[in-house]
Amino acid sequence: MGWFKRNKEGITTETKDKKETPEGLWHKCPKCKVIVRQEDHEATFWVCGHCEYHERIDAKEYFSFLFDDGKYQELDSKMRSKDPLEFEDTKKYKERYDSTVKKTGLNDAITTGYGLLHGQAVTIAAMNFSFIGGSMGSVVGEKISRAIQNAVKHKTPFVMISKSGGARMQEAAFSLMQLAKTSAQLTLLSEAGLPYVSILTDPTTGGVTASYAMLGDINIAEPGALIGFAGPRVVKETIGKELPDGFQTSEFVLEHGFLDFIFKRHELKDKLKFFFDCTLQKEETAVAK
Amino acid sequence: MEYIEFESPIRELEEQLKKTKQLQTETGQDLSRTMREIEKSIISTRKDIQKNLSPWQKVQLSRHPSRPYTLAYIQAITNGNFLELHGDRGVKDDKAMVGGWGIIDGESYMLIGQQKGINTKMRQYRNFGMANPEGYRKALRLMKMAEKFNRPVITFIDTPGAFPGLEAEERGQGEAIARNIYEMCALKVPIICIIIGEGASGGALGIGVGDKVLMLENTWYSVISPESCSSILWRNWDHKEQAAKALKLTAEDMLKNKLVDGIIKEPLGGAHVNPEEIFETVKQTIIKTAAKLLETPKNKLIDSRIKKLSKMGVFDE
Repeated sequence: MGWFKRNKEGITTETKDKKETPEGLWHKCPKCKVIVRQEDHEATFWVCGHCEYHERIDAKEYFSFLFDDGKYQELDSKMRSKDPLEFEDTKKYKERYDSTVKKTGLNDAITTGYGLLHGQAVTIAAMNFSFIGGSMGSVVGEKISRAIQNAVKHKTPFVMISKSGGARMQEAAFSLMQLAKTSAQLTLLSEAGLPYVSILTDPTTGGVTASYAMLGDINIAEPGALIGFAGPRVVKETIGKELPDGFQTSEFVLEHGFLDFIFKRHELKDKLKFFFDCTLQKEETAVAK
Repeated sequence: MEYIEFESPIRELEEQLKKTKQLQTETGQDLSRTMREIEKSIISTRKDIQKNLSPWQKVQLSRHPSRPYTLAYIQAITNGNFLELHGDRGVKDDKAMVGGWGIIDGESYMLIGQQKGINTKMRQYRNFGMANPEGYRKALRLMKMAEKFNRPVITFIDTPGAFPGLEAEERGQGEAIARNIYEMCALKVPIICIIIGEGASGGALGIGVGDKVLMLENTWYSVISPESCSSILWRNWDHKEQAAKALKLTAEDMLKNKLVDGIIKEPLGGAHVNPEEIFETVKQTIIKTAAKLLETPKNKLIDSRIKKLSKMGVFDE
């Protein structure tokens, strides 16, 4: 017998009476629930000022603060998937794809750009988690490959911001081969002596971890991100017991030796510049138009 | 010999054949004509089954309990001239990944592959052919050794996936596979990869980047197993047959989509029906393919390997 008796079952507020924060004006931190003005949230790079929770953001947001004045030249912006296998599960892949394009205004789970970072020409590829879970299919693989080619051509460093659940199942083996395709291009970047920074953000799992995300000259991550090859649910099922606290977080992966450091989002741009200054040979440094 | 469901007509015929043989020895009657008839119908039944195999049935064949595994191939094609090497020099020796030097027809090769167990005890010992990071790192160590001594690498792929365990994550399963893929893209010796059973996702690709990637006729290769695909996309395990079809994971589909370079024909009914025959076919394929690749200058070899990979993918602009 408990000390307090519950007279009513469950939560009694009806859905229609629930108070939601209006979108656009205020931001409520999903972790500590503190509410701040949206513009203040953006000013802190979408990081909670109270608990330092790094909110998931897409390429557009990363580009807005990494490229000088938020200006960059987007590469291959029109590229779209062709549904090579005419894949159908509970829904046709084509329909799923088209509705996601409409909903997100994005053409696939990646955006690639070329511009200046503290005056240094740089090529950046960033994944969009809002597009089918940031899954990697033909378009993601091809755009990364071309971004690397752009870096080689203009002798710029290459920065990859990963945020993905893994390979896109609806493109099956085509997705799988993107692991090899992107890795192959990275061997050419390395041959050209250009720096590659792999940034892992929440979440980076599956096939992405088994290719470009783990192949940086430096691999760095945002705090608290989920990083792993097999998803936590699969690992839990495999070992048949609860996972230890903090399993597969950035901090865990750093501790096990697979990351160079963890950074806070507001430090990222300066740290990248520092790394480029240390690694780029002066005569090879290009200046973007 | 073990049988899977759709092989049951074969089982009946083979039992009939056995009984007839027995009857002949017992009674002294000449039943050779009947036996020939039964043998003929075994062949025609096998042909019928083979012709109508669904993608899911091919997945089942690729996992046939009597199907030969990597070490059986290696033993047969090297005629026992095989020196197995162990360990990743960091953590331990992974029993799910085997490798070493072998001599085929007077030439030496580095032979590497996932190994499944042949009985319950061995299946556990081999971790069901699911390698840990140290398995991939052992494979890489051996590939680098092959590069040093300028000899070709042959990989045998047969895995339900890289092991999704706790220690595997701690020791960087993703990084281990990524490193192998990366290094294989630019390895300065010919690489031939042969899918002899299951080619499941990154676990397979971790030893699967090569100048020639070949699939045995009744194998599968994709980004995920049909069962896991069903559980993720349909949220239950009941759509595995549908998933197998949708994934286009058969050798035929993979070749059509230009994601592999060729198909190796299996004996009628599958590799398990006549292992000696498949060993010989694989051996001759390796000899022929390697000879051709060894003639190619090294820089051209890597160049065309990277070009081939660069073409994989379908998109609109």
